Amino acid sequence: MMNLIIIIGVLLLLGILFSVFKVTRLVGVIKGEAKSDVPANNKLNASLMIAFLVVGLAGFFYYSFGGLEDDFVQPIASEHGVITDNLFWITMAVTGFVFVLTHIFLFVFAYKYQHKKNNKAHFYPHNNKLEYIWTAVPAVVLAVLVISGWKAWVDITGPAPANSEIIEVMGYQYSWAIRYGGTDKKLGDYDYKKIDAVNSVGMDFTDKAAFDDFIPTALHVPKGRPVLLNIRARDVIHSVYSPHFRLQMNAVPGMPTRFWFVPTKSTADMRLETGKPEFNYELVCNKICGKGHYAMKYIIIVDEPKDYDQWYADQQSWLKLNDDYLSEVPEELQEMAKIAAGIENNPEKQSVGESIVSNN
Amino acid sequence: MSVADIQITEELDHHGHDDHHELSFIEKYIFTTDHKTIGKQFLITGILWAIIGGGLSVIFRLQLGFPEMQLDWLKPILGKWITESGKLDAEFYLALVTMHGTIMVFFVLTAGLSGTFSNFLIPLQIGARDMASGFMNMLSYWFFFVSSVVMFVSLFLETGPAAGGWTVYPPLSALPQAIQGSGAGMTMWLISMMFFIVSTLLGGINYITTVINLRTEGLSFTRLPLTIWAFFITAIIGLLSFPVLVAAALLLVFDRSFGTSFYLSEIYIAGEALPNVGGSPILYQHLFWFLGHPEVYIVLLPALGITSEVIATNSRKPIFGYRAMIGSMLAIAFLSFIVWAHHMFVTGMNPFLGSIFMFLTLIIAVPSAVKAFNYITTLWRGNIVFTPAMLFSIGLVSFFISGGLTGLFLGNSAVDINLHDTYFVVAHFHLVMGSASFFGLLAGVYHWFPKMFGRMMDERLGYLHFWATFIGVYLVFFPLHYIGIAGFPRRYYSFTSFDAFSSFTDLNSFVSVAAIVTFGAQFIFLFNFFYSMYKGRRAPQNPWNSTTLEWTAPIEPGHGNWPGALPKVYRWSYDYSKPGAEDDFIPQNVPYSHTPESNLDFEKELAKLEGITSKPVDPKNAE
Repeated sequence: MMNLIIIIGVLLLLGILFSVFKVTRLVGVIKGEAKSDVPANNKLNASLMIAFLVVGLAGFFYYSFGGLEDDFVQPIASEHGVITDNLFWITMAVTGFVFVLTHIFLFVFAYKYQHKKNNKAHFYPHNNKLEYIWTAVPAVVLAVLVISGWKAWVDITGPAPANSEIIEVMGYQYSWAIRYGGTDKKLGDYDYKKIDAVNSVGMDFTDKAAFDDFIPTALHVPKGRPVLLNIRARDVIHSVYSPHFRLQMNAVPGMPTRFWFVPTKSTADMRLETGKPEFNYELVCNKICGKGHYAMKYIIIVDEPKDYDQWYADQQSWLKLNDDYLSEVPEELQEMAKIAAGIENNPEKQSVGESIVSNN
Repeated sequence: MSVADIQITEELDHHGHDDHHELSFIEKYIFTTDHKTIGKQFLITGILWAIIGGGLSVIFRLQLGFPEMQLDWLKPILGKWITESGKLDAEFYLALVTMHGTIMVFFVLTAGLSGTFSNFLIPLQIGARDMASGFMNMLSYWFFFVSSVVMFVSLFLETGPAAGGWTVYPPLSALPQAIQGSGAGMTMWLISMMFFIVSTLLGGINYITTVINLRTEGLSFTRLPLTIWAFFITAIIGLLSFPVLVAAALLLVFDRSFGTSFYLSEIYIAGEALPNVGGSPILYQHLFWFLGHPEVYIVLLPALGITSEVIATNSRKPIFGYRAMIGSMLAIAFLSFIVWAHHMFVTGMNPFLGSIFMFLTLIIAVPSAVKAFNYITTLWRGNIVFTPAMLFSIGLVSFFISGGLTGLFLGNSAVDINLHDTYFVVAHFHLVMGSASFFGLLAGVYHWFPKMFGRMMDERLGYLHFWATFIGVYLVFFPLHYIGIAGFPRRYYSFTSFDAFSSFTDLNSFVSVAAIVTFGAQFIFLFNFFYSMYKGRRAPQNPWNSTTLEWTAPIEPGHGNWPGALPKVYRWSYDYSKPGAEDDFIPQNVPYSHTPESNLDFEKELAKLEGITSKPVDPKNAE
C-alpha cells in the first residue's frame, strides 16, 4: 500500500513538472525567444558562473584548511613518509595555486565576456610568445617536481640497509602471514607445493634456516631500526598497504617483492599523539583480491627496540609448535633441527644456532 | 584512362538514381550504411549503457554511504545478491564496480562518444557523402551490438558477471576458485571485449581512411575543424593500442582454458597447489596498460575536440592557438604510448622503470596544460553565448584542470606510494577522464542535436541539467580526494573493519546522496532528448551561427548529405568575429574573394588564386 502511494506521488510530481515545463515553453514562444540569437538566460548563466566560483572556492578552502585537515591526513610514522608527505604538500601548493588561478580566469572570463549586443569578440587567433611561455613554465615547474620526486623514489626503493630486520609478509585470501627468521635471523626457503592447511606459508624444512623461523599473530617491528619486508602472495595479487607508514607494495604470486622503511613512532607513542588509547597500526590489502578484500586486517605493533628484542627472543619456533613437521626434515639434519627449533632443551641453544649460520 | 573515367561517371549516375529508391525500414534504420544513422545507433546504445552503468554505481554508492541500510527492496532486481539479512553481497559489490568501470570506459565513453561523433561528424564536417566504407561502418556498429548483448547477458549469470575490477588482473580473473565472477562471467567479458575491439578497429580504420581520402576540395589538414583532428588522432591511437589488448586477453583465455602459464605462477588456492610455474602477473599489467593508458586519451581527445569547436563557436572567437592545439594533441597521442607503467609503480616492477615512467608521465602534463590555457584564452574578450553545449564545455575545462592537476601527484612515483589505489585515484580519473569526457559527450549532443534530428533541444532543461550535473559531479568527486589522502583503499565493500578508515562515514553518506541526485538529474536530459526528438522546435539552418560545413547541408540531410555538388572549402574553420566582416562568422565555404573587406594580408594573396571574379548577390541584401 505504502509503495503504491509513493508511486502515485512520484507520478503526480512528474506530471506537475511536465506541466510547468509546457507552460514555460509556451511563454517562451509568445515572448518570441526562439528568434533571438542569444538564449534568454544568458545573463543568469554568466552570473551563476561567478556564484559557482565564489561558493566553490570558499567551500574548498574551508574544507581543506578550516581545521578539518587533521582528519584526513594520517599522522606519519616512518622516515620516508616525512619526505613523501613533504613532496605531497609541495605539489599541493603548486597545483592548488594553479587550480585557483585557472578557475578564476575561467569563470571570470565567462562572466565578463558574456554576450552583449553590438559587442564584437576580439579576433585573436594566436600568439606564439604566449604559447611558448605557457609551454616552458609548466615544463620547468614539472621538472623541479619530478627531480625531487625522483630523488626520494631512488632512496626509498634502493637497497635496504645491511642491518635491517628482515620480515616476510605473505598475502592470501583473506589475511596475512608474517614470518621471522628466528634466532639465526634468516628466513628459510619456501616452496608453494609444500603449502597445506597447517604449513600455510609452505616452509621448506630441507633448508636449515627454516628450523627456527616463527610465525606470530601480529607484525612486530622495532622503532628506529630499518625493516625490510619480503613480500609475496600465495593465490592472487594483494597489496601490502599501511597509510601511517606511507608504505605500499603489491604482493604478487610467483614474484617476490620488497619494501623497506624505518618506523619512527611506537604504537604507544602514536596512542599518545592521537589521544586514542585503542590505536593500532593496521596492515591493509589494497589490491582487489576477492570477496574478503575489504577485511584483510592485520595488526602492526611498533615496539621500542628493547621491547622488540625481548618479544623476539620469547617467540617459539613454528617447528616446535608443529613438531609433526619434523618428519619433513632430512634424516641427517634431525638433531640440528630439534636444537634450532628449541624442541630439545639444549642449554647451549643460542650458540649452536649461531654456529649453524656461520657454518653455512 | 578514358575507360576508367566513363566507369566513374556511370557509377555516379547509378548512385544518383539510387537516391530516389525508397529504402526498406531494415535498410534505413537497422542494417544501415548511412553514417548519420550509424552515429545515432551508437548514441542511443551508449545512452542505454550509461543508464545501466550509472545505475550500478548508485547501488554500490548506497552500500558505501549507508552500510546499515536494508536493501530488501532491491530483491526484485538483484535476487540472491541481496543476502538474507538484507545486505548487498560482498562479492556482487565487486562485480558492480567491475561492470560499472567496463561499461563506462568502453561502452559509454569509447563507443558512445567516439562512435557517435566520429561517425556523425566526420563526413559532414569534411564534406563527404559518407564514410569511406559504409559496409564496414555498419559492421562496426553490429559488432559493438553483439559485444553489448554478450556483456549485458553476463550481468544475469548465476555466478555473476566479471568481478576482478575493470582491469581484470590475473590471477584473480583467471581462477574461478578465487572469485565466482571469474567463471562464466569472465569468459563472457573476454568474448564481449573481443567483439568490442573488432568494432573499434573497423570503425577506426574507416575514420582514418575517410579523413585522409574524402576531404572535400580545399579542405587541407590545416583547415580541418579540431573535432576532426581529435577523431582522427583518436582513431590512430585506438588502431595502435587495441590490438595489444587482444594479445593480453588472448593469453588470458589460454591461461583460463588451456592450462598455459603466461600469467600464473606458484599458486596455492582452495587447498590445492596449481601446476603453473614461470608465468608473470606483471606481464598482463604491462600489456593491459599499454592499451589502458592510450584508452584514457581515446576517451578524452574526442571530448576535447568537441569542446574546442563548441567553445570557439559560442565565444564567437577563433580557437586560440589552432596549431598549438593540434600539436598538443599529437604530442599527447605520442606520449600516451610511453607512460603506461605509471599505473604500476608499486606492483613490484623494477624501480628504475618507475623512474623512467615518472619522467615521461610528467612530460605529458605539458601539452595538456597548453590545451587548458588555450581554452581559457579563447574565452578572453569573447562575446560568449551560453548555450547548454557551451556550459558543458566550460564544465569540461574545469574538470580537465581539476582532475589533471591531481595527476601530478599520482604521476610522481614517490607520492604515489601512499596514494596508489586509494580514493584519490578514483577522484582523479573520474574528474579528468570520466566526467570531462561525459561532459564532452553531452556538449556534443546539445550542439549537434539540431543536425541529428532537425529539431532543437529545450534550453531551459539544458541549463537545469547542466547546473545540477556540474555541481553534483564536484560534490561527488571532490570529497573523494580527502578520503583518498586519508588512505581509503578503493574497491572496498565496507570500511568498518579498520580503525584508520572508520572516520568519514558522514562524508561517504554525503557523497552517496550527491551521486544519487546527480544520477537523477540525468533523467532531465533523457526527457529533453527524447521529447525534443519528436516535439522540439524546428531547427533553423545554422542555429549556432557556426562556420563548419555540416551547417551548409540540408537541415535534415538525406543519403549523401548534400543534394547537389559537395561544398568547396576556402578557409579554416574558425573565422569568427573577423575584423571588417559584417557577420560575426564566415562559413568555410565562403571564398576569400567574396570577403575582401575582412581578408588578412596572406588571404588577399589566396583570394587571387581562387579564380572567382564576381561576388554573388547576398540573399539578405537582395530582400
